[in-house]
Amino acid sequence: MAVKSEKKILGMERETFRQFMGKYGVSLIMVVMIIAIAIYNHRFISGTNLLNVVTQVSINGMLAFGMCLCITIGGIDLTVGAQLALVGVIMGQTITNSGMPIALGVLIGVAVATLFGFINGFLIAKFNMFPFVVTLSMQLVIRGAAQVISGGRAITFGQDVKNLYYGKLLGIPYPIIALVVVFILMYIMFHWTKLGRYILAVGGNANAAVASGVSEVKIRIICHTISGFLAGIAAVIMAAKTGTGQSNIGVSYETDAVAAAVIGGTSFAGGIATMPGVLIGILIVGFIYNGITMIGIDANWQSIIRGLVIIATVMLDNAINGRNRK
Amino acid sequence: MKNKDEYIFECEGISKAFGGTQALSNVQLHVKKGEVLALLGENGAGKSTLMKAVIGLHQPDSGTMTFEGKPYSAKGPVDAMKAGISMIHQELNPEPYLTIAESIFLNREDVHGGIFLDKKKQNQRAQEILDRFDFPYPATTMMGKLTLAQMQMVEIIKAVSCDARMIIMDEPTSSLDSEETDHLFRTIRDLKSKGVAIIYISHRMEEIFEICDSVAVFRDGTYVGARSMDGVTRDELISMMVGRQVKSVFPKVDCEIGETVFKVEGLTGQGFENISFEVHKGEILGLTGLVGSGRSETMRAIFGLDKLTSGKMYLDGQEITIKNPKDAIKKGVCMVNEDRKNYGLCLFRSIRENISLPNLPARQKGLLINQKREKKECEDVAKTLTVKAASIEHNAFSLSGGNQQKVVIAKWVMANPKVLILDEPTRGVDVGAKSEIHSLMCEFAAKGMAIIMISSELPEIMGMSDRLLIYHEGKLNGEVSREEILSGAATQEVILAKEFGGK
Repeated sequence: MAVKSEKKILGMERETFRQFMGKYGVSLIMVVMIIAIAIYNHRFISGTNLLNVVTQVSINGMLAFGMCLCITIGGIDLTVGAQLALVGVIMGQTITNSGMPIALGVLIGVAVATLFGFINGFLIAKFNMFPFVVTLSMQLVIRGAAQVISGGRAITFGQDVKNLYYGKLLGIPYPIIALVVVFILMYIMFHWTKLGRYILAVGGNANAAVASGVSEVKIRIICHTISGFLAGIAAVIMAAKTGTGQSNIGVSYETDAVAAAVIGGTSFAGGIATMPGVLIGILIVGFIYNGITMIGIDANWQSIIRGLVIIATVMLDNAINGRNRK
Repeated sequence: MKNKDEYIFECEGISKAFGGTQALSNVQLHVKKGEVLALLGENGAGKSTLMKAVIGLHQPDSGTMTFEGKPYSAKGPVDAMKAGISMIHQELNPEPYLTIAESIFLNREDVHGGIFLDKKKQNQRAQEILDRFDFPYPATTMMGKLTLAQMQMVEIIKAVSCDARMIIMDEPTSSLDSEETDHLFRTIRDLKSKGVAIIYISHRMEEIFEICDSVAVFRDGTYVGARSMDGVTRDELISMMVGRQVKSVFPKVDCEIGETVFKVEGLTGQGFENISFEVHKGEILGLTGLVGSGRSETMRAIFGLDKLTSGKMYLDGQEITIKNPKDAIKKGVCMVNEDRKNYGLCLFRSIRENISLPNLPARQKGLLINQKREKKECEDVAKTLTVKAASIEHNAFSLSGGNQQKVVIAKWVMANPKVLILDEPTRGVDVGAKSEIHSLMCEFAAKGMAIIMISSELPEIMGMSDRLLIYHEGKLNGEVSREEILSGAATQEVILAKEFGGK
């Protein structure tokens, strides 16, 4: 009377079903979410609105891809919000106040953000400090630097800078093109190159990675440097969108980036993440923002609803394929 | 014939599946009061899974359990402990900053008025229990100061203090030396005389014959049968376990020993000093010594995991320096670490990713990984090493200990090194997988690899080595050749004497 426990779910074997849900569970949640909001307000699924949402999420998208790397190696990057402010005011000083070409201003801004990312990684990896503590302190330094550079005043940009956000190529807004390009590059790096494998290995078990010939220090520095670079790109889009560089923007942007990464299946225990997952996470966060407005929820309640929806999404995802994770 | 009352614990029809793998199918177990029952079986046979089901770490898919005549089930170890069943795990996870007393009373602290810890009373009570076991340290000692054997003893004491009537011990002697093992056996006999039933999981036959009253054998997730230890032979048990007759436990094949591949001179570092030896092409060099005698420390330093303070290394006659494992791997020196969990595997990544991790630089197509080639080579090497898994895309976590070890060995086989260091490659590995690993080592040697093997198990290291170096307190204390072992000039006693510092 041997007991057979080859239970089948939807005609799939259990293990196959588990892997399927691990890969596509979040996408399913997103589809349900889209349908639910669309039933409430048909305008939600109109082409203009969807294009609008994707354009808006591009800023958080850049941050989330970088955040995903930092979480995957068992850390976090809390400086991304402050980076938005710093790069914005640097662009203001160079482009508006000193009359430099846009490209040069952008280049300097992104370079500075990348440098700060490198410094984060260097402090964490070389001195073995907690990423939370390092980046929590560094965001004060970075926002402080933005205040010093701008003197606390907002610097406005001309139309040519704003065009970086509002301009289109073949009908597609620039920010969407940037998001797609970054996603493709991140996908290739993370899933097709040895760097991606090394990042997952360091996050999964740093000792075993080192004993397999991976340089832990190098990988940690690289992840934070990439996060800094992407925060720089996000800041350029942000500056173009708002038309100003000022030291008090970007507050709490790290929250949305963390939310997108985690909804997308990035494990805080480290070593588990996928780039398509993060992309879905980014879109879900965008739909939450947009959906709340579409449904017509009172602005004062939006923050509470957002927080609760994020928790519910992660819980649902865990319930569907929690065994895949730690 | 079966008298219900004499059994303290029984289970029937237990099944458990993980994903597509049937870990247990319809197994049973009957434990008598006051007996030591050995659980025997290859890795992946289902012993650990069954024991985890008993203490509630896994919930069985079907089956019934009774304990002391009453239906029994546990939601977790705390539940099981309350019912009277405790498990001493193979890998202890002590909290180094707790005192012995705190550790013993963890989760059931003495409290004043329901809030404040009563440390004094707790220490006193702990001390009383420790004294009963002649434990040499006061109850206020930090756990971190104890040796592994002593931590294990604290675990046993804790179990007894919870009034456990059945204690499960998973490979309790795997990191104990012979004296500590003797002490453990005295404790087991003492518990037995008090009517405590003990389930004893071990791969060491000698121990099972010494300490156990009966034995239950498992194979591939099924229950094969139970025997009384009286009159049963070693060969009989082994054939029950593997389902076939195993002839030679050590399939050492002599192969041609060539020129010197790797040579070290005067290596000194934390835990070892002035170590010099050389190893030749096709040779298996054995290193043995008591746990902590510096064998593993030397190898870790050679591989670049720890720092060397002085000494020189030569590979193919050229002097080399190794700063980190990356250097070592690039130069062709690879090491299977004794600590599989911490230094071997990323448990939540796939078997494929684990195997290819150190081998990616050589398998690039431009900037990208050549994924087709990676998949094919990983599949091939997993097949050669007979890793038991439905797919190499499954997590390493889902494998049994022996199969995990094969995955670790697989990654270095794929690297095709000049020197392969194996630190306790068969620890916690069952008889079948063990002899497979031994055969593989001979194959590697025949291909011209130089192999350095560390083992605490004397019959194994004597059976496998072409030459044997013996460590004592961080220094080399003698060398024994294969001829001396085969001729009987170097017996276990002779080698053991050297391990203890004799000449």
